[in-house]
Amino acid sequence: MGNAVYISQTNCITPLGFDLKSNIDAVLNGKSAIQASDKYEMFPNVLLGEILDEEINRKFSALSIDYQFTRLEKLLILVLYPIIKDKKITEKSVLVLSTTKGNITLLENQNSAVSEADLGKLAQKIADFFGFTTRPIVVSNACVSGVLALSVAKRMLQFSDYKEAFVIAGDEISEFVISGFNSFQAMSDELCRPYDKDRKGINLGEAVAAAYLSKQKSANAVKILGEGSVNDANHISGPSRTGEGLFRSIQSAFKEAGILPEQVDFISAHGTATLYNDEMEAIAFDRINRAEVPLFSLKANYGHTLGASGLLETVISIEALHQNKILPSLGFQESGVSKPITVFTEFQNKEMNCFLKTASGFGGCNTAILFEKV
Amino acid sequence: MEHKKLIEKRLKNYTQNNMGNLKEELKAKIIETLNLEDLTVEDIADGDALFGDGLALDSIDALELIVLMDKDYGIRLADPKEGRAIFTSIQTMADYIEANRTK
Amino acid sequence: MSKNYYIESNVLIQNNKVISDGKELFSSDSEEFSNFSKTAYKHFEIDYPKFFKMDNLSKLAFLGAEILLKNQNLNDTDNDIALILANRSSSLDTDYKHQQSIADKENYYPSPAVFVYTLPNICIGEISIRHKLYSENSFFIFEAFNPEFLVNYSTYLLKSGKSKKVLWGWVEYFQEEYKAFLCLISENGTQEVNRETIKKLYTK
Repeated sequence: MGNAVYISQTNCITPLGFDLKSNIDAVLNGKSAIQASDKYEMFPNVLLGEILDEEINRKFSALSIDYQFTRLEKLLILVLYPIIKDKKITEKSVLVLSTTKGNITLLENQNSAVSEADLGKLAQKIADFFGFTTRPIVVSNACVSGVLALSVAKRMLQFSDYKEAFVIAGDEISEFVISGFNSFQAMSDELCRPYDKDRKGINLGEAVAAAYLSKQKSANAVKILGEGSVNDANHISGPSRTGEGLFRSIQSAFKEAGILPEQVDFISAHGTATLYNDEMEAIAFDRINRAEVPLFSLKANYGHTLGASGLLETVISIEALHQNKILPSLGFQESGVSKPITVFTEFQNKEMNCFLKTASGFGGCNTAILFEKV
Repeated sequence: MEHKKLIEKRLKNYTQNNMGNLKEELKAKIIETLNLEDLTVEDIADGDALFGDGLALDSIDALELIVLMDKDYGIRLADPKEGRAIFTSIQTMADYIEANRTK
Repeated sequence: MSKNYYIESNVLIQNNKVISDGKELFSSDSEEFSNFSKTAYKHFEIDYPKFFKMDNLSKLAFLGAEILLKNQNLNDTDNDIALILANRSSSLDTDYKHQQSIADKENYYPSPAVFVYTLPNICIGEISIRHKLYSENSFFIFEAFNPEFLVNYSTYLLKSGKSKKVLWGWVEYFQEEYKAFLCLISENGTQEVNRETIKKLYTK
């Protein structure tokens, strides 16, 4: 269906580093951004993966920009900048933004109009800064947004005249989000443990990531083979007990890709470390009979970065694919899911070609996407 | 002796009345907080199952009840999993609140 | 826009009216959305108590979908009707409520039932659950109704075989200002999907 679409450049900014190299090195070495934070009076010592404000401001002032931007806007500009600076933006260029809450911290100011936090405004500000003449697309679909934004961009390049898509994703930690997840009893008071038998919930984190998509096949690119995004139709916050939506999303991705599940070298999964999510994923992966494919989650390295997570984790996984390294799944010691899974606690060297990235989120959404080296 | 028995009887009545009031109060609060539009207090029996086959409350409702316990009765559950047993019915909820309330 | 796909049915909900396929199905004098939505629910004889747990954005989207999907012969496992929705305000109406609940440190009781609706795609989840739609779904934000994108994206889903039908549209709700415009499109139908038709239906 349409021409092939490739991701040829990526970037990310997280507490573990302001570029891709520092991030992949940190993950290979089992580093975590999660630390006790003293920033939130109502949540003393809550474990979070926070990016240092001083670092953001330092890096941003190096760009010598006069205009006022929010913290999240600065991060999004910083992460896209290295990818976009050498390119000429035309009417065939489109910006796709993935975020769940955007500038939600603006609501803390009683004197601000609520509409200041409009996600469309945020996207337009970034688009204007980089000189886009086309309307930006905002994907706001809970925690699958980061992966879904890649699917949306790829679909757009296939059905429209656009030649290139710049996909950015970001979400910040806020009291808004912490208090909400806390009311769900979803947060762990320890470093989170995806797929582990002692897992007790998530850690929250923040990050931004960026990817450049086009129909140009370049040396270091990966090809998007197929993708799908199917709902569980089960419950708005609890995942399906049969992993229905995730399973069907994966099937849809394989059908489009025209490859067999056997060709997948690793699965970069969602693994939030809640009891139900990780169990649901294990059931879905079992249904495609891939128990022996190495599986990992990056949530213990970064925390759950919400609208950024899908893209951040894809970017790290693409780099791992290029380096032929299976990433360790930090926080895992002993399996606590009802189906067999293969999880490594240290990275493994292996010649690899293809991986599956999945994500799931509130509202019963799921997204799966397959990548292959060119 | 008579006097002591009378006091005991009065205390028992008082507690039962309070318990009765508490149960009515809980039913009303649950209907309102959980948006159970078609139900009235009369529709909920003290022993009706709140989850499963009875009122069929779900996981988000359970979390809301935990907030309600804290907000209205000053009870913070040490382990949210305790909630399962406490929220079996209006009766079990009332019993637990009566024994542990700080508001 | 595509020539090969058709609008099976559409619905417009605004100004306390529900209009579908050229007919006014319901109207109410109520000023407030919560009253309007309740009387609409009763009028359409919808038997779904969970409706009353939803936030206003979800109620709006749910009502629209209820009208469009009523005659679709849905089953339990194979309803391949994609849900592609968009709005301007995301879930800000509910976000504001959640923010209010954490404004006072002395009275700090955020509600999980409110928090779960602080994501715009939850309304899609509610529709999926009700009608058992194991289907493609995406929620987009635009500063204004963007039919070109929504139709192109929806027809991509049909052409690529990822979906058999698509329910796409705009569901905007913010502080009592609301508008829902939804279309069900597929290979069958009466009106061609094109710019003029959409514009006419949207601005009734």
